[in-house]
Amino acid sequence: MSILVNKNTKVICQGFTGKQGTFHSEQAVAYGTRMVGGVTPGKGGQTHLDLPVFNTVRDAVHQTGANASVIYVPANYAADSIMEAADAGIALIVCITEGIPVLDMLNVKAALRANGAKLIGPNCPGVITPDECKIGIMPGFIHQRGKVGIVSRSGTLTYEAVHQTTSLGLGQTTCVGIGGDPIKGLDFIDCLAMFEADAETEAIIMVGEIGGTREEEAADYIQRHITKPVAAYIAGQTAPKGKRMGHAGAIIAGGSGTAAAKIRALSDAGVVVAASPAEMGLAVQQAMQR
Amino acid sequence: MNLHEYQAKQLLREFSIDTPRGIVVEDPAHAELAATGYLGGEAWVVKAQIHAGGRGKAGGVRLVKSLEALREAASALLGSHLVTYQNAPEGQWVGRLLVEETLDIARELYLSLLVDRESERIAVVASSAGGMEIEEVAQTHPDQILREYCDPILGLQEFQCRNLAFGLGLSGSHVGDLTRMLRALYKLFVESDLSLLEINPLVLTQGGRMVALDCKMALDDNALGRQKKFADMRDDTQIDSKEVAAQQAGLNYIALNGTIGCMVNGAGLAMATMDLIKLHGGEPANFLDVGGGATAETVAKAFKIILSDTQVKAVLVNIFGGIMRCDIIAEGIITAVKEVGVTVPVVVRLEGTNVELGKQKLAASGLDIITADGLTDAAQRAVAAVKGTNS
Repeated sequence: MSILVNKNTKVICQGFTGKQGTFHSEQAVAYGTRMVGGVTPGKGGQTHLDLPVFNTVRDAVHQTGANASVIYVPANYAADSIMEAADAGIALIVCITEGIPVLDMLNVKAALRANGAKLIGPNCPGVITPDECKIGIMPGFIHQRGKVGIVSRSGTLTYEAVHQTTSLGLGQTTCVGIGGDPIKGLDFIDCLAMFEADAETEAIIMVGEIGGTREEEAADYIQRHITKPVAAYIAGQTAPKGKRMGHAGAIIAGGSGTAAAKIRALSDAGVVVAASPAEMGLAVQQAMQR
Repeated sequence: MNLHEYQAKQLLREFSIDTPRGIVVEDPAHAELAATGYLGGEAWVVKAQIHAGGRGKAGGVRLVKSLEALREAASALLGSHLVTYQNAPEGQWVGRLLVEETLDIARELYLSLLVDRESERIAVVASSAGGMEIEEVAQTHPDQILREYCDPILGLQEFQCRNLAFGLGLSGSHVGDLTRMLRALYKLFVESDLSLLEINPLVLTQGGRMVALDCKMALDDNALGRQKKFADMRDDTQIDSKEVAAQQAGLNYIALNGTIGCMVNGAGLAMATMDLIKLHGGEPANFLDVGGGATAETVAKAFKIILSDTQVKAVLVNIFGGIMRCDIIAEGIITAVKEVGVTVPVVVRLEGTNVELGKQKLAASGLDIITADGLTDAAQRAVAAVKGTNS
């Protein structure tokens, strides 16, 4: 088992024939992801990377039976692409694009609430179930199939967590990069609930950062609903107030969203919080031995 | 991107929202001309235009009651660096003043629109505690803060405006005035891709006017590409010069006060690297995310920006090479160190694709680059390097 994606997930790519879409689709195919086609408006009927290109997501779904889509469309058009995928009945939409205007995301979220599709991202590395399905820009080879579920707001910190759990021989079930934007799709609680229900996942690492209060909400959720061991790391303890630290969502605004508050909430909920990003693997190991 | 008060008020006027009459000036003589030639009256308010709050307490907003006092205030403020509790220790340069008429104030209210992360909606926040810091009011008098959340499809409804108006204790024509103002503000917020619009205070005058006395606006940086009209409202004098250079190079850089310069790929890992330095007894000099597709050229630019900070006594490069191979990154670092002429110790931690080849290249370069094994080792070596140069 795993969550969200597995060897049966049929994936299309929106922005398929662009530079990013081409490169990462090649990587996904090489990893073994079941890519079934792609969408580039105006290039329908062509073949790209030996896969069919469609004008619309609706056509792609009709012809291929795709149930997941990955989006590499530029920021100003990405919100439209997410809504197109949801309207065509795609169940899992992974949006890698960085820099989508926040008001566009408010509209997207309102549309998704009515539609029921799951969104991962935007501004994220994607999702991977090792040895089965890689959707996104993460380097596949660092992963190893195993027992830890990882959910993270940061791309490269996810790779750190993966690398550390691989080195310790724990491996991963599924790794979800939920992205660094303030308004996004799946959040910590959604992923925690799925990991809790997944028989293969024995422990969970969550990687948070400054900004917002989703980590605090997750801490409350863990206390009430999660029986599996959880470890966490929160980035941004030295970040100054009022400054946006790279990610649009990583900002301490009006005294809320500090790393200290998040660490306290998680510790109080029984989560093993790593003091250093070098100790995420050790922290989850420690949580599992408790 | 932040706007100046005078720019924000200009936008308010475009949406038929009442503001005090005022003129922007860049030299003291013009301030006097504005008062006598345009505004009239016997008292004026002189307001320093900087991108930071807390101007009043810092002496950046002055009520003057004679032309002499006006001249004095304008001369003192123009060209100075105003330090408030909200900005950096060196303050921000005052290049412009807003000279405004005075008003007979009967009541001060607070109003703001912002993107609320928790509800994923635009929130309208109002309070009868105008003129105060809203965070302070939220802590001391949470009951005095009113909120309405707007469905993005429906927008701000009239009943929500009435909820706020009556909640603020308004009556008579002021209820309709506030409703019209809020709906105009909502339209302005959405059409301009704002991330924050704050009117504090919103005043009711003795004569019954409803006027935006002060206004703060911030634009969503992600929307700058489609909000062309704001391009010439940008004021780089208000931002750290290193941050401006970084923006031009397409890098995410934030200046801090420590001695260890950081170059990292990924925002989360960049923050984590700062934390790690602190954890091992050092102080980070900056946040810098070189992004996923770091080339030799971007690495060189990043080095230049980091080293333009004279406080920097060592540089820590922390790269998790995923799609980007470590040997390519190592080549970039070697080129940059040679090209830029780095004189402080450079500690490099590489991990990921082709990491061994990358390390070999660094070792074979003959340059004074300290190669670290892992995150902890890297932080410890950088901290030790700084202590070494200090002694």
